[in-house]
Amino acid sequence: MSESLLETWNRPPVIEADGEGELLEISMGPHHPSTHGVFRMDVALDGERVIKLKPVFGYLHRNHEQIGQTVGYLQMMPYTDRLDYFCSLTNNWAYALTVEKLVGQAVPERAEYIRVILAELTRIQNHASTIGFLTQEMGASGTPLMYAFREREKILDLFESLTGSRLMCNYMRFGGCRVDMSEAHLNAARKVVAELPQFIDEFENLLTSNEILMARCQGIGVVKPELAVNAGITGPMLRAAGVNYDIRKVDRYGIYDRFSFRVPLGEHGDIYDRYMVRVLEMRESLKILEQALKDIPAGPFVDPKAKIRGFKPKPGEAYGRIEAPKGELGFYLISDGGTSPYRFRIRPPSFINLTILEDMCLGQNVADVVVIFGSVDIVLGEVDR
Amino acid sequence: MKTVEEIKAAIEVAVPGARAEIVPNGSPSAEHSLLLDAAHAFAVAKFLRDDAELKLDFLSNVTGVDWLDKETTEKVKVTHPVEKEVDGVKTIVDETVEETKKTVTPGYLEAVYHLYSMAKKHGPVILRIRTGNRSDKVELPSLTPIWRAAEFQEREVFDLFGIIFTGHPDLRRILMWDEFKDYPMRRDYVDPDDYEYEPTPHDEVLKRAQAHQAAAKTEAAQ
Repeated sequence: MSESLLETWNRPPVIEADGEGELLEISMGPHHPSTHGVFRMDVALDGERVIKLKPVFGYLHRNHEQIGQTVGYLQMMPYTDRLDYFCSLTNNWAYALTVEKLVGQAVPERAEYIRVILAELTRIQNHASTIGFLTQEMGASGTPLMYAFREREKILDLFESLTGSRLMCNYMRFGGCRVDMSEAHLNAARKVVAELPQFIDEFENLLTSNEILMARCQGIGVVKPELAVNAGITGPMLRAAGVNYDIRKVDRYGIYDRFSFRVPLGEHGDIYDRYMVRVLEMRESLKILEQALKDIPAGPFVDPKAKIRGFKPKPGEAYGRIEAPKGELGFYLISDGGTSPYRFRIRPPSFINLTILEDMCLGQNVADVVVIFGSVDIVLGEVDR
Repeated sequence: MKTVEEIKAAIEVAVPGARAEIVPNGSPSAEHSLLLDAAHAFAVAKFLRDDAELKLDFLSNVTGVDWLDKETTEKVKVTHPVEKEVDGVKTIVDETVEETKKTVTPGYLEAVYHLYSMAKKHGPVILRIRTGNRSDKVELPSLTPIWRAAEFQEREVFDLFGIIFTGHPDLRRILMWDEFKDYPMRRDYVDPDDYEYEPTPHDEVLKRAQAHQAAAKTEAAQ
C-alpha cells in the first residue's frame, strides 16, 4: 500500500503539545467509575488537554460468536440478552428477525405489535438511564439518575410480569413471542405510557435549560456528519450530527410503516444535541406506543406452524438489522444446513460508535473525556461480547 | 437500487482488470454477494463509495469467515495389470480394484463487508474477499482508508481470525490481549490447556480439568 493512500484515511487530527512541561500519560480505567464497566482509555495529557487517547477493550470478552456457533439457533436466544443487558428485548428482536429472514418465517400481526410495544418501552428506559448516567458524570450526584431509574423500574416491572425477568427477558421466538401479552399487561402498559409524558416534562424541566448541563455539553465532543457516516456511527449519535438515518424508517422492518412518528435530528453534533435527540426520541417512542397500544389486534402471538424441533435452516446466509436504542444492531448468520449456525456474527452498535472516541476527545479537557464517553452510550457487554 | 448483476457489470467497466463473481445465497433472504479479487478490492471499494448512483457511503458490518480445507473422498475403480498364474502359465491380467481417492480443496479465510447507502437509503451490497489459504497467504487489503468504520472491525477480524489487513493504520489485537498467540474464531481452534483452577467443573470442562490434572501429576512424578 502506498504511503499516499494511507494518508487518505479519515484519521483523527494530530494535536501538538505546546512544549511547556512534560506530557502525562494516564490510564483511565478499567475500574474507573465513569467507564460503565471495565473499559480502559490510555490518555496522554498536555496539562489538561488530551493529545492522545487509545481505547482498550476486551476485559469482558466471552466470545459470544463462538458460543453461537456451538449451540442451536434457539439456544442462542438467552445469550443475546447478555449483549446489551439494558435492552435485552431489542437484542432478542434483532436475532429473531435475522433467523426469520434466514428461513423465510412470517410473523403474525399481534406478535409484531407486541414486539414494537416492548422495543419502544426498552428505548425509553434506555434513553432515560443514559441521560441519567450522563448527568451523573457531570457531577449531578444521583438526582437525575434516580428520577430515570424510578421510571425505568415501572417499565421493568412490566417486563417482569410478562417475561419473568427484569433484564434477561428471553422473550422473542422465531415467528412470534414466547407468551401472549394479556389484556391486563396491555392495560398496565397503557398506564405506564400515560404517566411517562409527565416524567419527561419533569426531567426536561430539571435538565434541558440547566446552566451546568449547557456549559458542560454545548460545543463539546463535536462530530461532523461526514465523519459520522464514514465511521459507521449509528443511532442517536448519528442523528445528533444531523444525518437523517433511522432504520425504523429506512428498512421499515416489522410494522413500523404503520405508525406516524418523526426522526429528531441535531444540528451541531455535540453532547447537548445527543442529549436533546434522546429526549425527543423518547417522546416519539411514546407516540408509537400510543398508536400500537390502541391498534393491537387479536390473534395468535406466535406462528403455530413455526418449526421448533429439528430447526435446520437451508444453507445460505442472512444479515438482519434493527434500530436498537444504541444504534444499528445487526446479526449475520451463515447456515450450512446444520442445527447451529456455521458463522454467527453480531454487529454491535456500541463497539463501532467508539471508533471516533479519540476524534471527539482530542484537544478537549480531561474532565470532558468522561462526559463525551458518557454521551456515546455504550454497554460493555456488547462492546466486548 | 441496481441488482447484483448490474453492480458487477459496473465494477468491471469502472475498474479495468477487476474480477467480480456473484456468490449465490440459497436462503430466502436472497442477498447475493460479490466476490472480489484481492488485488483490485481497494479500487473497487473506492468506486462503490464514490459512484454517483451507488454512493455506498456506509460500511455497516465487517466480519471474517473461516472455511476449512475440504477433504472429499470418492471411490474410484482403477484397473491394474496383475501377473497371475492361470493353469500353470503366467499371464498378465487386467484387474479392477476399488480404491478410495482423497482430494483436498484448500480452505481460505474470507472477509465479508456489508455496505449500505445513507445518502440514497439503499442496500445492502455484500462484498467478499478471500485469502490464498489459511496459513501463510492471509493478507488482504484494508478498506479502512475508504471507510473508517472498518478500523475497529478489521482489527477484530485480525484478532479473532488472523487475516492480516495490509494498509491498516493500527493493526493490533483488540479483544484478546497482545501476548495471545492463536486465533480463537478459527474453526480448528483448540482451547489452551489451562485448567489449574476451575471452580465449578462439569461435563466437558470436568473431563478436561481431570485430564490436565492427571498430566500435571505424571509430569511432577517424573
